[in-house]
This record gives sequence, C-alpha cells and structure tokens, in this order.
Amino acid sequence: MPEPLLEAKEIVKSFGRVRALRGASFSVYPKEVVALVGDNGAGKSTLVKTLAGVHQPDSGQILFEGQPVDLHTPLDARRLGIETVYQDLALAAELDAGANMFLGREVMRPGLLGRLGFIDKQAMRSQSRDAFKNLGVALQDTAAPVATMSGGQRQGIAVSRAVTWASKVVFMDEPTAALGVVQTRNVLDLIARVRDQGLAVVLISHNMPEVFEVADRIEVLRLGTRVARFRRGEVTMEDVVGAMTGAITHDGEAA
Amino acid sequence: MTDVTTTAPADEPELDDEGQERPAPFWQRLVAGSSTWIGLILLGLIIVFSLLDPSAFVDTANARNIATDAAVLLVLATGMTYVIITAGIDLSVGGVLVFSGVVSAKGMHAAGGDNWGVIFLGLAVALAGGLAWGLINGFLVAKAKIPAFVVTLGTLGASLGAALVITGGVDEREVPFKLITTIGTGRAINNQIPWLVLIAFAVAIVFGIILAATRFGRYTYAVGSNEEAARRAGVPVDRHLIKVYALAGTLAGLAGFLSLARFSTTTIGGHDTDNLQAIAAVVIGGTSLFGGIGTMLGTVFGVFIPAVLQNGFVIVGVNPFWQNIAVGAVLIGAVYLDQLRRRSQYQR
Repeated sequence: MPEPLLEAKEIVKSFGRVRALRGASFSVYPKEVVALVGDNGAGKSTLVKTLAGVHQPDSGQILFEGQPVDLHTPLDARRLGIETVYQDLALAAELDAGANMFLGREVMRPGLLGRLGFIDKQAMRSQSRDAFKNLGVALQDTAAPVATMSGGQRQGIAVSRAVTWASKVVFMDEPTAALGVVQTRNVLDLIARVRDQGLAVVLISHNMPEVFEVADRIEVLRLGTRVARFRRGEVTMEDVVGAMTGAITHDGEAA
Repeated sequence: MTDVTTTAPADEPELDDEGQERPAPFWQRLVAGSSTWIGLILLGLIIVFSLLDPSAFVDTANARNIATDAAVLLVLATGMTYVIITAGIDLSVGGVLVFSGVVSAKGMHAAGGDNWGVIFLGLAVALAGGLAWGLINGFLVAKAKIPAFVVTLGTLGASLGAALVITGGVDEREVPFKLITTIGTGRAINNQIPWLVLIAFAVAIVFGIILAATRFGRYTYAVGSNEEAARRAGVPVDRHLIKVYALAGTLAGLAGFLSLARFSTTTIGGHDTDNLQAIAAVVIGGTSLFGGIGTMLGTVFGVFIPAVLQNGFVIVGVNPFWQNIAVGAVLIGAVYLDQLRRRSQYQR
C-alpha cells in the first residue's frame, strides 16, 4: 500500500461536554473511494469537518502526503486540493448556480476593471454551465437563485463545485441523502468517474448497498473512534454493520 | 431504436433541442424583479399627483425640492442597503450623522477661515467620525458576535450622547459660508441641479455599481444569504461584515456633512427617526430583512416614495401628517409582497 494521501491520527474534538471524536484515525489513499461509515453520532461529520478545516481538533495530528498540516480554515484545506460536499450543501440560496460555483474564487474581469474588483459574471456562468453539462447536472436556468431549484439540482451544484475545484481529495457527506433513484445513480457514477480521473473520494454514507457498490475500502467509526477497516471484497455487509453497532471490533494496521 | 415514448421525471428540467438550458426571457426577469414593482408604484404616485395638481407638482422647482429633501436620506439608505443585504441592521446612522456633523463643524470652526481647504478638512473629519463608529459597529457584530440590533442601538445612544457631550447640547452654528452657498444650497449644471442631489445620486450610483458588479457586492449578498456557506467557501466573512458596517458609518458621516451644509447648523435634535426612515426606504425598495436580496435601484425608489408622498400631500392640500400613515402602509405592503413572492418562488 502506498503512503496515505491524507491521514488523521488520534483526533480528539469536544463540543462543550460532548466528546464527538475520541482519538479518531482515518486514512485516505490516492485514487481510491473510501467510505466512512458509522451510526448516527459516531462522529463522521465532525471528522470530515475537521479534515476540511471547519473544526480545529483539540488534539491529534493531520498528515497530508506524510507531512503534518494545520488546517485552521477551510481555505487551508482548499489550498491542499481538498474540497467538501457538506451535508447541508453550504449553498447561498439567494445566489445563482454560477455564483455558488465560484463563491470565494470569483473570476475577475480582465484589465483595469478586474483590478477594481469587478467580477466576470458571463465567464463564471458559462464555465459553470460547462461543468454542469459535463457532470450531467440539468439546470433550467443557471441565472436563477439556487433557492428556486429542487433538492437534486442543489445537490448537483454542490457536488459539481467540489469536483471542479478539488485536485486531491473530495469529501462527500451523505451526497445521496436527498436524492431520488435516478440522481443517486448519477452521483454514484460521478464518484467512480472522479476516482478514475485520479482524485481520492471520501464517501460518508449510511447506505450499505451504495457503499459496497462504489467504495474500494471502508473505514468504520463508532463512538468517536475508528473500530474497523475493510477492503471491498474481503467483507460482508453483516461485518460492516456489526462493526458499526459494536458487535465486532477489527481495527488493525493489517486491514 | 424502439418507438417508446418516455416522459422526463418531474424533477428534470425541460431541455430544448440542443439540450441547452433556457434562461428566462428578459421581460420575465423584469416582472420578477422587486424593484420593477416599486418603480411602478413610484411612477403611479407621480402620475396621480401630477393629474391632481399639474401646475404645482409638475414643476422643476418642485422636483428639485423633493430631490433635495431626499438627498441626505438617500446617502444613509445607500449604506443601509449593504447592511440589510448582509441580514444586519444599522440603527445608529442618525446618531452617527449628528456626531459627524458636530465634530466636522467643531473642526472647521477650530481651523477657522472660509475656503475650500477648511471645507475639505470638515469633510475629512465627518467621514473619519462616521468611519470610527462604523468600525466599532462592525467589530462588535462580526467579532464579538453581538446581534447588530443591539450593537447599533447601543452606538445610536452613544454617538448621540457623544455629540451632546461635545456641544453641551447646543447646536454648533458656525459653518463656513462657502460650504452653505456651494454644497448646501448651490446648484450645478447650468444652475439646475442642486449639489446635494448630485452628490447623493453619485454616491448611490457608485455604490449601486459596486454592489451589482464587484466581488465586494457579491460577498455582501453571499454573507447575507448563507453566512456559514460563505465562510466555508473561503469568503472572509468577519472582515467583510466589518467593511460593510464601516461603509454604512462612513456614509452616515457624509450625510452628516451634507446635512450640515444644507441647514448650516448641526441639528442635534432633528435625526431621531433617520434610522427608521432609512430602513423603511431600503425595505420598501425590495431589500429583504432576511438578507441576500436587494438592489440599489430599489432603494432609490424606496427613498423617493415617502418624499413624493409628503410633497404631493402638501400640494394637493392633504394634511401632511397623513404621509406617515401612507408610508407605514406602503412599508407593510412592500414586505407582504416580498413574502408572497418568496413563498411562491421557493415552494419546491
């Protein structure tokens, strides 16, 4: 196995009296889909937000390509090529799809106008239109506020944004939770395609059939710590569910 | 291929032949735009008053009066538009206006003289005074996370109090004569357009363009629409909020200077409801108190609806106190329309 691309070691994170992560470890290897699974409250979202720079760990270490890194803000994670599709999608509902796509990385107008702070809305709109088209996200009107769009379309925008900007790792926190059958299919295909393009994808999901379909590896989180690591094909759904619920513990470096 | 007909799932938008999405036609966007409706209401008011009394209402001098009366409020409302789009509020503008006018007048008085140098000094002092209060508001809202309503209510009292402390409660009446005769009451462009109106519109246009077309404007909408999403997308949310409140404060400072020029006195007691007037104008103009939505054009309309009502009532002989009632009704109606629009648009 090569060196992990991104690795969390013994992360502890508390919110007031709630200990969300109690020494959680997690690793992501290059060009793989790894599923992070666990029951409600296992700490999946907290771990993802820690690795995305939204939360700072109380203790523990984050390694990127073997080097310890401090992720103080989401920008720090983004600079390393890490993008996240949050469970709440983190879209600005009153802005249009293109504006959301380029939020925080606006394309400036060329020349003097750009230096004065003018943004190139046309360029952003057409570039995001291309991105949506490539990723199979169907939008009636890229200039309409995101608030007017369906859950599936919003999900598509959030996923497109992350995939477009990521150069190393994409976290997807429950990306299919709000989706219908067809759109779920699209997202799963997209995950495989993104991996094939050379990115690592971390899929957070409750849905076992989905996980078994796309994940190359599975890491199980329970009560704020990693309790098991599996490779696809070496494990049954019962094993994974057992690890999630505490019936089996199986965290070895051998995994 | 078989000749099976398939229907697109309800969720999928319709695509035309090339699979291209169809942007809404221009007229549809125009109708959907909130500032369009407000503009029509303003136009309707102007038509009604013109028909009721064509000789008095339709008159350059009268139009000039309306615009001059509205000028200072327009400058306040310009800053307020930014603040409200970030889902904030600035109740302190009236107090900051008075404070800035007072320190500006005191500064010019201390420097002495009646020339442009003194006037520019006074302007700089007024802007700096406004900026200082705006920065205080911004830091307390963005960094200390105190609700804007509370912060600016506090600084409203504090800035007014500071103005009273400085003056001992007596209006400063020593204002350079040149300031009064030029910016205060003078006119530009063939002696047609009052300087006050020109300055106020220049401010509204410049900051309207910044709001609509620059990254600063985009961040303003983003922060108001979803602060957490903006933060995660790398928008420097705290710094941006501080800048927005600093802008509102600085424009309140400018408004204080303009008011000083116009009335040739600091009018300490005359700005108790400036904040509410500015907020009403912005909200009538279609800016949402929930943040993320609003335009400067709408604000301009929102400033002029009360101004036209006031003026029109006087001209057609209605007791002008009715204006307050009419503006109140327009305000509530505007917000109700906004709610209806949002409800129909966002129901998915």
